[in-house]
Amino acid sequence: MDPQPEPVSYICGDCGAENTLRPGDVIQCRECGYRILYKKRTRRIVQYEAR
Amino acid sequence: MPKVSALDMPDVPMGQLPEHLQLQRSRVVCKADAPIHLESFCKNFKLEVIRLTEDEIEFDMIGIDASLANAFRRILIAEVPMMAIEKVLMVNNTSVIADEVLAHRLGLIPLNADPRLFEYLSENDSPNERNTIVYKLDVSCRKGGPRMTVKSDQLKWLPNGSELEMTPPNQSAKPKSYTSFSCSQDSMPEFSKKPLGVKHEDIIIAKLGPGQAIELEAHAVKGIGKVHAKWSPVSTAWYRMLPEVVLLKDIKGDDAEKLVKKCPVNVFDIEDLGNGKKKAVVSKPRACTLCRECIRGVNEELVELRRVKDHFIFTIESAGALPPEVLFTEAVKILEDKCDRVISDLS
Repeated sequence: MDPQPEPVSYICGDCGAENTLRPGDVIQCRECGYRILYKKRTRRIVQYEAR
Repeated sequence: MPKVSALDMPDVPMGQLPEHLQLQRSRVVCKADAPIHLESFCKNFKLEVIRLTEDEIEFDMIGIDASLANAFRRILIAEVPMMAIEKVLMVNNTSVIADEVLAHRLGLIPLNADPRLFEYLSENDSPNERNTIVYKLDVSCRKGGPRMTVKSDQLKWLPNGSELEMTPPNQSAKPKSYTSFSCSQDSMPEFSKKPLGVKHEDIIIAKLGPGQAIELEAHAVKGIGKVHAKWSPVSTAWYRMLPEVVLLKDIKGDDAEKLVKKCPVNVFDIEDLGNGKKKAVVSKPRACTLCRECIRGVNEELVELRRVKDHFIFTIESAGALPPEVLFTEAVKILEDKCDRVISDLS
């Protein structure tokens, strides 16, 4: 377990605003109050063949 | 002479074709136009350029066998090397177009790079400045703004190689880049004058909605059309035999007018014979598409459509990396190499 859990940012499913949430936070958009949030895509490199 | 069916001739066994037709049907004959008589071939072979533009050439190859003309066509399409994007390293793609579809689209973009200045990247080679071109695409659409279109000119050439780092196998190892360039391609004399961009700047790659972004790196390598069509250096390359249109009888007056009108590509013309008399002549047989419109109906006995067997009208449309005339000389070199290989294998 990490001693200091890092905040993770999520995208609001309604307005598209970015929200940073910590464990235990209410899952709700700060801008519009929508309750469905999406995790962002990883920036890990994926390699494709251009065929 | 009364018309007799070819299958019902008195001097031929019933149900069989006459001997010469049977031979023609079942055998391929090596005639003088096949490239077996080298001396006469050298004497009679002719090549005339009809039309040459930046990316298209039309020329006549006269006195050559169809097998050779076809060999050149096939080599042009499938065996002359080209540069094309082969590996796509996707960092971020939140657009509606799927990663693999986007990668495929990138592969098909024609690059403005001379493949003769590069080497093939073999399996256990590391990508370096002699075999790989690296491009970067980093676009995003502003939130609250209008949708945007990503075009091919937004692919930026990275002469120093990949800017992305591989995840190291363990913590202590130094992170390595995806390419190992020993020097910048910018500093190499063959590329410093002409940057390695894309051929056309207005190819649509993707569309982005507000808040969407694409960030990726594309690595282009040398390859041939046989492996994948994206490496084909021509849009298309084709030939046709020279059409020959012959009027078996004189066609005069109204019939001549009718014949001229019938042809959609205006092969025929009217010759004035004086005092109001007219005669049909064949003025542009080269334009003939052999659509057979002129021999439909009443004209069947008057007009004959033929093709010259050893006269090929060859057209090459370049995809852009090399001019079409250079592509043809490259194709000739490849066929030469193949012949050399056969000779050395036999001896």
